[in-house]
Amino acid sequence: MSFRSVIAVLAVLAVLGLLVVGLVSKGSSGVGPGDPVPKAPLPQLEGTGSQSLADYRGRWVLVNIWASWCIPCRAEAPDLERFQRRYGGPKFTVLGIDSRDLSGDGQAFVDKYGLSYPQLRDGNGDAAHEYGTTGVPENYLVDPSGTVRLHAPGPVGDEYLSNEVAPLLPEVKQ
Amino acid sequence: MSGRFFAVAAVAALALALLAPAAAAEQPASLTEIEKQVMCPVCGTLLQLAESPQAQRERVFINRLIDEGKSEAQVKDALVAEYGDEVLALPPRSGFSLSAYVVPIVAFLIALAALAVGVMRWRRAGGGPDDPRPTAGPSDADSERLDADLARYDL
Repeated sequence: MSFRSVIAVLAVLAVLGLLVVGLVSKGSSGVGPGDPVPKAPLPQLEGTGSQSLADYRGRWVLVNIWASWCIPCRAEAPDLERFQRRYGGPKFTVLGIDSRDLSGDGQAFVDKYGLSYPQLRDGNGDAAHEYGTTGVPENYLVDPSGTVRLHAPGPVGDEYLSNEVAPLLPEVKQ
Repeated sequence: MSGRFFAVAAVAALALALLAPAAAAEQPASLTEIEKQVMCPVCGTLLQLAESPQAQRERVFINRLIDEGKSEAQVKDALVAEYGDEVLALPPRSGFSLSAYVVPIVAFLIALAALAVGVMRWRRAGGGPDDPRPTAGPSDADSERLDADLARYDL
């Protein structure tokens, strides 16, 4: 094989490689029941530290992906807070992820609705992309081993939390 | 001659790519100008074209920083701190992102150089649409047959 042929083959392989990398990086299909939850660390909404879902291993976690500009998020926030006050503790917590939002607006939202559960920040939307969300809000119930057990695209309310989430938390305080 | 031209063109293009942001950093901040340079991360469009609630919040944020006396570069830095590099309509001209500006210029110059070298080789090899050199004439037997044919038709 001549030198020119080698160069041509390498050029074609490079283009194909770039296409494959592009498709793989764009084609995140997200997570659903049975999948491990993404564990990339995220900064806290308030303060300077960061947290990952790995820090919550051993606890049930209801991951709520939201944004202050999202109108349905305003409707579900009080219900999530009530659920947290009832079931929150060493074995369960709601965990908010404020996505594609201004941190000041996100903090104002937390203050307005008196949300007591921990909040992380996903300013560029990478975490929401990794979860495979199609909008906000979306909710994922994660079991103590870090596996997604429920996925609720769209807002959740008292009825969903009581009928779908609470029955999966047998050991959590009632 | 052509080597010097390519070198000057390359240096000029790189200088433009590197010096333009410095000039932009001196501009006074204006919402209209910044809207053309940043994205609405949720809408996936330029902020200038976006009308979503999130875009309105982004405009409020920018206006607040302008009112505080922040420069255009400082406002864009603040937006990057909130949303990441993706908020910029064009990638930053530093670090790895600089390659987005340099690579096309370098690739263009390499293609131009390859074209020039190819043309020079082609001309040196005597290539052209038609070779003006005469080809060998007909053989003696062919010439005799041709003369006989012409005489027969009395042309």
